[in-house]
Amino acid sequence: MAKRLRIRKHQVVLNRSAGGDAGITFVLAIFGIFMALPFYYTIIQSLKPLNELFYYPPKFYVVHPTFDNFTDLFNLMGDSWVPFSRYIFNTVFISVGGTFGNLVLSSICAYALAKIDFPGGKQCFWLIQKSLMFSATVGGIVNFITMSALGWIDTYLAIIVPAWCSTLGLYLMKQFMESNVTTEILESSRLDGASEFRTFWSIAMPMVKPAWLTLIIYAFQGLWNSGSSEYIYSEQLKTLNYAIGQITAAGITRSGASAAATVIMMIVPILVFVISQSNIIETMGSSGMKD
Amino acid sequence: MSKNTVKQVKTRKEMTKAQWTWFLIRKNKMAYMMVAPFMILFFIFTIIPVVLSLLLSLTSFNMLEFPKFVFMDNYITLFLDDDLFMTALKNTLIFAAIVGPASYAISFCVAWFINELPPKVRAIVTLIFYAPSIAGNVYLIWGVMFSGDAYGYINGFLLDMGLIDTPILWFQTAKYVMPLCIIVALWTSLGTSFLSFIAGLQGINKSLFEAGAIDGIKNRWQELWYITLPSMKPQLMFGAILSITGSFGFGGIVSALAGNPPVDYVGYTLSHHLGEYQGNRWEVGYAAAISFLMFLMQIGANVLVTKMISKLGE
Repeated sequence: MAKRLRIRKHQVVLNRSAGGDAGITFVLAIFGIFMALPFYYTIIQSLKPLNELFYYPPKFYVVHPTFDNFTDLFNLMGDSWVPFSRYIFNTVFISVGGTFGNLVLSSICAYALAKIDFPGGKQCFWLIQKSLMFSATVGGIVNFITMSALGWIDTYLAIIVPAWCSTLGLYLMKQFMESNVTTEILESSRLDGASEFRTFWSIAMPMVKPAWLTLIIYAFQGLWNSGSSEYIYSEQLKTLNYAIGQITAAGITRSGASAAATVIMMIVPILVFVISQSNIIETMGSSGMKD
Repeated sequence: MSKNTVKQVKTRKEMTKAQWTWFLIRKNKMAYMMVAPFMILFFIFTIIPVVLSLLLSLTSFNMLEFPKFVFMDNYITLFLDDDLFMTALKNTLIFAAIVGPASYAISFCVAWFINELPPKVRAIVTLIFYAPSIAGNVYLIWGVMFSGDAYGYINGFLLDMGLIDTPILWFQTAKYVMPLCIIVALWTSLGTSFLSFIAGLQGINKSLFEAGAIDGIKNRWQELWYITLPSMKPQLMFGAILSITGSFGFGGIVSALAGNPPVDYVGYTLSHHLGEYQGNRWEVGYAAAISFLMFLMQIGANVLVTKMISKLGE
């Protein structure tokens, strides 16, 4: 027994061999480099001046870093016939509108499913769980028909409204409420005469801050990265990601500008994750599925 | 005293089951109002479309004329007469069989490996592994790295080392497309399930490990099998569902890197085939049959795997 005790940083650990620790660190390091390399390439690619982009053999570092590619990108943006600010507005509008609706509808629904026992509630949640088991493309055809019937083709609504009922956020929110909001505290609020809605708003919601932060980030990220949609034809309604895709589609001559665009697009979600990581992990603590 | 005051309040026992349910429904009116907005939209945009896809898949429909009932014709054509469908089906199954389990295993292993790192280091490592799945279009850089001319990093490197004489057209050569796309898919696949595993591992009660050590667990592998895995079954199940669903819907990476359709239709998946009939040819009934088959495969794989996980450690 005694020989299996190891001390790591003044802590006794059970069942950990030094060889195992070393091996795991090694594997992690290799994988980590593999994961990070494409980011490294994207960044150096965006900083290379034009002549270095066409060095043969390509260099794995930048000799004379420059921001030319970024200025090029903004010039290209200025040349597009739909003003670039319009694409930015579209993406922000869709992201904010979709996320806000999703947050409001999901948290109200999650509260009722998690904390009120009513006939049909379990069945609703069962369906929501099952919806995580197939991809959204399955219903694509019928959704297209629905959108045409509603006259939503080529409007923001076709993207925003379906985003309101995305289920992953609701699922995480419901699981988190179930394990973090105690029934006693809700009961005491109900006994004080607060309505169910008031209990939800002033007691439950403040207690599940990590969950709504996670929901906001998931919903926002999905919408932020959304490119061309089959529902949108008009150029002036398309998204930033689509517009940047058009710039980068021009191929090798614009590979610098395209890398610069990629750097700009990736910074937003990564920064958001860095800031909110601990909240997201906390939410995931209750993400498990109990049959 | 008038008889009005003696209002009959039945107890649970006196009511029939239907009466009791009706009573609960009326008592919980507020709950229904809270659930309704989400659930109505959810039905309109998710549940009903699946049911209608099944119905549409039994028809021939071009969006202009009224659907014509053809029963199983679409499915028969798919399996007997559509070689491209068989290619797509094969590729989808290969992708799902490789990418699904591999991404799941990698997510779990990395989460398990980093579990005992100090919190600050763990946060940084988590970011490195998670970033590819949220960074939007960054995976396109793989196209530059494996670019077909001598300016691509990999070609440049190999030429420089003298390993090859002429640049390899990576994404235009049939035998490289699938492996490369699988690598890129795996690179982007440490997503929500990965975070769920990290949180699940953090949440395991530490005293279980001590108890295990006393009960004769000898090393970390035994600990993993007998304590860690069984204690995080719920997360394992959630992660499996996300991995499986994602791996069957695979296709975007192939179109972006190798083109749509890719050379010789290697890496051509069901989602491409679906897009072709839905978006380009407007054969809606046929497309519905493809999407319904996709639905069945995803649900089938998910139900099977969650059954297996729930048996874990029993």
